[in-house]
Amino acid sequence: MRRFEPSGFLRDLATRWDVVAFIVVIGLIAFLGEASRGLFVPLSQLEVVPLSLDPSHLPEYAARTTLRMLAALGLSLLFTLTYATWAAKSERAGKLLVPILDILQSVPILGFISITVVFFMSLAPGRVLGAEFAAIFAIFTSQAWNMAFSFYQSLRTIPTELAEAADSFHLSSWMRFWQLEVPFAMPALIWNMMMSMSGGWFFVVASESISVGHTTVTLPGVGSYIALAIEQKNLRAIGWAIVTMLLVILIYDQLLFRPLVAWVDRFRVEQEPGVRMPQSWALTMMRRSRLIRGATVAFHAAVLWTSRAVHPPGRAAPSPRKPGRSLDLLWVALVVAAVLLGIWHIGAVLVANTPLAEALHVCGLATLTMLRVFILIALASLVWVPIGVWVGLRPRAAAIVQPIAQFMAAFPANLLFPLAVFGIVTWKLNPDVWLSPLMILGTQWYILFNVIAGASALPAELRYAAQNFGVHGWLWWRKVALPGVLPFYVTGAITASGGSWNAAIVAELASWGNTQVEARGLGSYIAEATTAGDFHRIVLGIGTMSLFVVVINRVFWRPLYYHAERKYRLT
Amino acid sequence: MTPLLQCNNVRKAFPKPDGGELLVLEGMNLELHEGQIVGLLGRSGSGKSTLLRLIAGLSEPSAGDLTYLGQPIIGPASGIAMVFQSFALYPWLTVFENVALGLEAQRMPRAEIRKRSLAAIDLIGLDGFESAYPRELSGGMRQRVGFARALVVHPNILLMDEPFSALDVLTAETLRTDFLDLWSEGRMPIKGVILVTHNIEEAILMCDRVLVFGSNPGRILSELKVTLPQPRNRLDPSFRELVEKIYVEMTARPAGATAAGRQERFPGLGIGSVLPQVSSNLLAGLMEAVAAPPFNGTADLPKIASDLQMEIDELFPVAETLQLLRFAELEGGDLKLTADGLAFAQAELDERKRIFTRHLLTYVPLAAHIRRVLDERASHSARKSRFIDELEDFMNEEAAEQTLRAAVSWGRYAEAFAYDDDNAMFSLENPT
Repeated sequence: MRRFEPSGFLRDLATRWDVVAFIVVIGLIAFLGEASRGLFVPLSQLEVVPLSLDPSHLPEYAARTTLRMLAALGLSLLFTLTYATWAAKSERAGKLLVPILDILQSVPILGFISITVVFFMSLAPGRVLGAEFAAIFAIFTSQAWNMAFSFYQSLRTIPTELAEAADSFHLSSWMRFWQLEVPFAMPALIWNMMMSMSGGWFFVVASESISVGHTTVTLPGVGSYIALAIEQKNLRAIGWAIVTMLLVILIYDQLLFRPLVAWVDRFRVEQEPGVRMPQSWALTMMRRSRLIRGATVAFHAAVLWTSRAVHPPGRAAPSPRKPGRSLDLLWVALVVAAVLLGIWHIGAVLVANTPLAEALHVCGLATLTMLRVFILIALASLVWVPIGVWVGLRPRAAAIVQPIAQFMAAFPANLLFPLAVFGIVTWKLNPDVWLSPLMILGTQWYILFNVIAGASALPAELRYAAQNFGVHGWLWWRKVALPGVLPFYVTGAITASGGSWNAAIVAELASWGNTQVEARGLGSYIAEATTAGDFHRIVLGIGTMSLFVVVINRVFWRPLYYHAERKYRLT
Repeated sequence: MTPLLQCNNVRKAFPKPDGGELLVLEGMNLELHEGQIVGLLGRSGSGKSTLLRLIAGLSEPSAGDLTYLGQPIIGPASGIAMVFQSFALYPWLTVFENVALGLEAQRMPRAEIRKRSLAAIDLIGLDGFESAYPRELSGGMRQRVGFARALVVHPNILLMDEPFSALDVLTAETLRTDFLDLWSEGRMPIKGVILVTHNIEEAILMCDRVLVFGSNPGRILSELKVTLPQPRNRLDPSFRELVEKIYVEMTARPAGATAAGRQERFPGLGIGSVLPQVSSNLLAGLMEAVAAPPFNGTADLPKIASDLQMEIDELFPVAETLQLLRFAELEGGDLKLTADGLAFAQAELDERKRIFTRHLLTYVPLAAHIRRVLDERASHSARKSRFIDELEDFMNEEAAEQTLRAAVSWGRYAEAFAYDDDNAMFSLENPT
């Protein structure tokens, strides 16, 4: 059973380039925030798309939501194939591009939807198109970074002999890309795509209905349907939406990802016989259908044809030239300029508009959210690690539970928020406590399915040995089970923690009809700033959250991950 | 007649982070003429694969000339094809597509590609496997695809990088025989072959000339003509003679060193020499084997290699480590135990450890150094990074890690010092 590798874990704790990347990324967001303030006016003239809570509209809404997902996936692929290739092929560019990806991964996606909405709407004023772009962009940001990371890492780890064979048979760089590099990267890329997709549903739901200032942007889709249902306190409609989403994800999984995963298995370089091949009924069907076969052949032919057309006949260039000195200087100048611009924008937006008290206040809120995330991860671990181990050691149970856990991870937990808020409002519970579990509602499953994967990967002989020596009870947990699944658990916990920070923005401030419940924290701070259309505070919130996530990753999760990998990885 | 291939005084060095360079190959001279199979024989690290990659145009020499048919080699030449140790087949392409890839890259007409690919597949005995994926094939069949892929581009020179070493003995033998049959019948479109190998018998079975490589840095120790008629028989006395001769060459003292000082036999042996990773089990095992009958303290290397089923790649590091620890001497193709080596082989565990500790701390300067540092410090402990830093003055990062690991493993066996991997600390305390 495969494990989801957290992508983009650079070995170093922090380098100069990380600082540069952080400044550039936050500077860009600050710039967008600043620009958006000026563009804010046209937003109010947005044509209103009437929505209906009639379930008969749901198929159409679901289709539109799905289309958005697909569009974003396409964009993410495009980004991956270009950005990651650039980062991998150019040593100079890679030094900056890779840390930028790492920082981008830590930026809360929901945080800057409001900024991008305004930005994209200004490109197509008064039209829904701008909002569509913004929604697609939000989904894109939830998928692209880790796909690009996985592709980059694959490009950097192509086995020497495969690359040498390509060289010695004179493959042109275009042919090399499509015949060697892309196929080699495919299994990891598809796996990451599937993982990104699970995250994507969450954001598509959140990005379809956004209020910035006094304007509400609504795009027809399952997300906006549910937002309307919340506004009208319609529990039945929420039920319908949940059922629809379940179906959509199921169809996506069965028709798109399972076939893909089964198909890319042939691209795997390490080929041990005896490992069970992933199965997919849809793939089997497609393989047998002439249409699909024709498409595959056509694709292959296209690759070969373009390989002939793209590169002028003659020999491929033997070896890359050393970059010139003037180019080096130009590059350094560009980086310095980007950093200066970044500092300037951060200064103009953040520092100039933030009194010290506000900054301290935000840090305090971030600490609160951080506490929540850690406590919740700990609680979820207490529950799911024993269950995961139990399930993972029983192949039959694992075969049933594992797909469910993966499915639950994909299900957008924000669809369930209204139910929780309804409960909190009805029984008058303390939101500071009871809103918190929502943050981990969708992300706890990463812990479960990673632990299951880890427990199933525990070699049978190690288990027999434990039995043979009569190791059981607490000793067994301490010396066998827990160390055995630790690397997997850490991976799951890292993913869960990252997801929870993102979810905080929707979880800490939730509403039911006209009633709002709020938990104090950085998430609700950003959410409130968004509703108020206060761009300084949005940027401040995003910047702080990114900083917290980056620092926690570098100081806590990353060392833990490497420790677990080194000490407990069974090879 | 112009030779197919010519190397003149080729040298290859890699830059080190501290600005120095790591010399891997020096003074390489080589000629390949039509109709010849030339073998490059040596242990890993002797630079034979590096030379092959230079010839293939996959990397550039630091100095010297390489010419193919009189033309300098810049980048992969179109008349030179390579067969890889790990086969290097693309798992996402079928047998046919793998074979056709080189022709696709040449933009040959479709019909021609098809014709030539099928011919190559047919020639190498893969008929019927055209649509199979590499993962469906056994190792031997995979390497046949590797051969077909190389032959299909009709190269003048075929480069083979230990093509049989990833296969089991029987499969390797079959593939070798098939290859030699095709070669002697002239059914392959190739004019010359260069074979890299660390298997002495394989080199003598297949080659017309064998270049024996020495290491540190890689250089040619000697050249050997093999004139035995094909097919050759391993049991033929003249075949055995050649095997023996190569062992003698490989254990010869470096030119210039005399019996005057033993120190010369171990070039540069100070704290900065790279130590091989050889476990104490292997050391003890080889000493016991040599001490026991029929060797009784002096073993003929070809004999003991075949007795223990060890290839030179495995045998030489162990034998040389014994030499380094002064438990044995390597000379004239023989491995001869010293008095202490014999004593070790006959001793019980505790006595063995005492002998080993003495030799380790006397003859391995790094181990002595670690021990001294630990003795001198009040805390009797020291960080690993401290020694790594010292080693990196002499060698690259990877070699430093490996060297220190070797020292740790021998030090643990000798109980000369302890090492805690969790916090990367050396100490004198052994856990009790």
